[in-house]
Amino acid sequence: MMSDEIILSARGLSKYYAKVKALDNVTLDIRRGEVISLCGENGAGKSTFIKLLTGAETPSSGTIVYEGKEYSSLDPQLSAELGIAAVYQEFSLIPYLTIAENVFYGRELKKGFVLDKKEMSRRVQELFDQMEVDIDVNKRVCDVGVAYKQIVEILKAVARNPKFIILDEPTASLTLKETEIFFNVIRKLKENNCTILFISHRLEEIFEMCDRAAVFMDGRFVTVRDVKTLQMNELISLMVGRELSGEYPTPKYHSDEVILECKHLKNAALKDVSFKLHKGEILGFGGLVGAGRTELARAIFGADPLSSGEIIFNGRKYKPKSPRKALSTGIGLIPEDRKSQGVLLSLTIKENTVYSSLPKYLTCGFIINPNKERSETERYISELKIKTPGIDQLTKNLSGGNQQKVVLARILSTECDVLIFDEPTRGIDVAAKQEIYNLMCKLADSGKSIIMISSEMPELIGMSQRIYVMGYGQITAELSKDQFSQELILEKSALGKAE
Amino acid sequence: MNKNFSLWMLDYGIVLILFLLIGIFSVASSNFFSLSTLTTILRQVSIIGIISVGAAYVILTAGIDLSVGSIACISSLTAALLLKAGWSIPVTIVVTLILATIYGVFSGCLVVFFKMSPLIATLGVMTSLRGAGYLITDGLPVFGFGKGLSAFGRGYFLGIPDPVILMVVIFALGIFILSCTPIGRYVYGVGGNEEASRLSGVSIGGVKIFCYAFCAMLSGIAGLVLLSRTNSGQPAAGVGFEMDAITAVVLGGISLMGGQGKLPLVIIGVLIMGVLSTGMLMCNINDYVQQVVKGLVLIAAVAFSYVSTRLRDKIITKPND
Repeated sequence: MMSDEIILSARGLSKYYAKVKALDNVTLDIRRGEVISLCGENGAGKSTFIKLLTGAETPSSGTIVYEGKEYSSLDPQLSAELGIAAVYQEFSLIPYLTIAENVFYGRELKKGFVLDKKEMSRRVQELFDQMEVDIDVNKRVCDVGVAYKQIVEILKAVARNPKFIILDEPTASLTLKETEIFFNVIRKLKENNCTILFISHRLEEIFEMCDRAAVFMDGRFVTVRDVKTLQMNELISLMVGRELSGEYPTPKYHSDEVILECKHLKNAALKDVSFKLHKGEILGFGGLVGAGRTELARAIFGADPLSSGEIIFNGRKYKPKSPRKALSTGIGLIPEDRKSQGVLLSLTIKENTVYSSLPKYLTCGFIINPNKERSETERYISELKIKTPGIDQLTKNLSGGNQQKVVLARILSTECDVLIFDEPTRGIDVAAKQEIYNLMCKLADSGKSIIMISSEMPELIGMSQRIYVMGYGQITAELSKDQFSQELILEKSALGKAE
Repeated sequence: MNKNFSLWMLDYGIVLILFLLIGIFSVASSNFFSLSTLTTILRQVSIIGIISVGAAYVILTAGIDLSVGSIACISSLTAALLLKAGWSIPVTIVVTLILATIYGVFSGCLVVFFKMSPLIATLGVMTSLRGAGYLITDGLPVFGFGKGLSAFGRGYFLGIPDPVILMVVIFALGIFILSCTPIGRYVYGVGGNEEASRLSGVSIGGVKIFCYAFCAMLSGIAGLVLLSRTNSGQPAAGVGFEMDAITAVVLGGISLMGGQGKLPLVIIGVLIMGVLSTGMLMCNINDYVQQVVKGLVLIAAVAFSYVSTRLRDKIITKPND
């Protein structure tokens, strides 16, 4: 049912967050009735693009033309009135209401002042039957499985008869069987001349479902291609088609001594993960957001529980009971979300630096010695080149890069042997990034072992000596330095299966 | 307006409010501005002052403790009964304070291990202890023991009432722990960002239980001071202490969101509460009106604390940054 009529077109759309370009001058025409996929790595600008269409964000420049009318920005209400609906990965369903009640949530049918439950159930059941989804709509949402929740979420959007549906990774939590149901729904929608914008990291789905694939990279629109004439490896190279640039320091120290070994780690997010970390090594972990890398780091650090598996640290068994235990054993984590998990914004630089190792700075066993505290903090400020007017500055007044260094100082003061960096340079400027790289290299040279989780390909490839790629809670590949390539990492990231 | 001056006003404006109140009552009642009134006010606020130190710890961890009044009450009743049974004063004090601390540990455990909202946990503890107080006394006042303890309640040291000295000592101790020891640092850290503190290796459960226990122990001390002042155990005593203590803490600039504020200014908050109640009493404002005013002061203090946080951010981020 695809026509040549353009339903929506983006004209020179850009979005800046402070100085960062999230989306740069994107122009793209979307045809009525097509299934079009947005492809690109993490941070390519796909989500930002979607947010502009749903009105969650306003463009910094450019316009959106929808059904012939030009808009300089949309807001959520306007977007809904125009018939644009979006389904995200996170659920917005209310667990203790029935499926039917959820579908009509916020626009309930009434008889006078009373809810017309019967009519709502009837209409929703009709919709589900029409879409060939076999489920009782009078069941409460909390009583159906995760996969069905996702389907309900999609049908909730469909019930509003949208003309344009945006699906953000709708199959991430689906198993094969439900994915089929989902594809069926998509086909039905297509028959009804509904346009579908689809984001998926499972490349094979793009080839199965989509008419066209639009490729984004580093916030820019690269190209849009007919899927029929496109090969998988061609798509991958379009997605990573950037030159690797930037200078990365190379660590000199090398040892074959294994300092940390994880065997068959399992929990809610991990399915049997095993790997080894050598002394003085910078070990990279690549993969897509949600592949289980952060969860792995948190499990090793004792922040989240493990259900089974074994960890050997320095030749001895180590049970990650709590972050406290991990730090005293010699494993430190620099968390991904700096502001909510890393730095203590309401404390000063000094207080942050010594926070994890206060027992080292006591006199009489219980009084903090201000001199020791001061000299230690000043040592780290000069060693890590933290830019601050003084050690009593509140960390919330520092830049992102300097906050990251303060977190690093706190972990270093515990004298850990293994340091886990989770997205160490997210949201910090180029100069500070370079400094963090140099620091990591210096630490590795001094015999510390580093695990670096990164979604930035150039950084991952430039810094790591070895890379594990993760997908769906599993390790899907181990790559040595001579095997590193963006294509290979991306391809392996899409492996693994939801259960 | 000058940036630094605005910030200074947000922090210390409360001191001006105290002087303003003293001024108003001095005009309204000719007897108000005198040394004897000042001594009365100080002696009166000493009990709430002691409790406020504990309440501040709990609030700094983003918690709240409603049970302080009940703990003060049951502690004074326990001590009264023990003294009446012939126990010596030191043993009575130690036993009473150990019991008080246990109540706090219990509240803390509810919050930490059952993830209970502090409001509900301490509301439960508050109600049961109040009931327990009536149970062990049959609802009747306990008196008829020696005058040993009341020597403290009525005594002076260098012309200052003993309870006031004790309050000052406890404030000093509270300030010392907060600013000079690891646990004090962790109190701020846990209140400021619990997850980051946990990932920094801090036992956040331990910190919280410490705060509830410390608060309960200070409430126990307050109960003993109460007993020493009246020389009888009253099962209805201590009602509304939580209200006064929380108001004093918030007036002192400690954020109910946790992690922010300084203990020394809480003294000012305590004094404001004392000036208000004594002042209103001396102006013959009746008890019902006083309650209305106290409630409104709490509401105003919390509202101001919200507004001032936003103002502060505005002022700090305004120019040259």
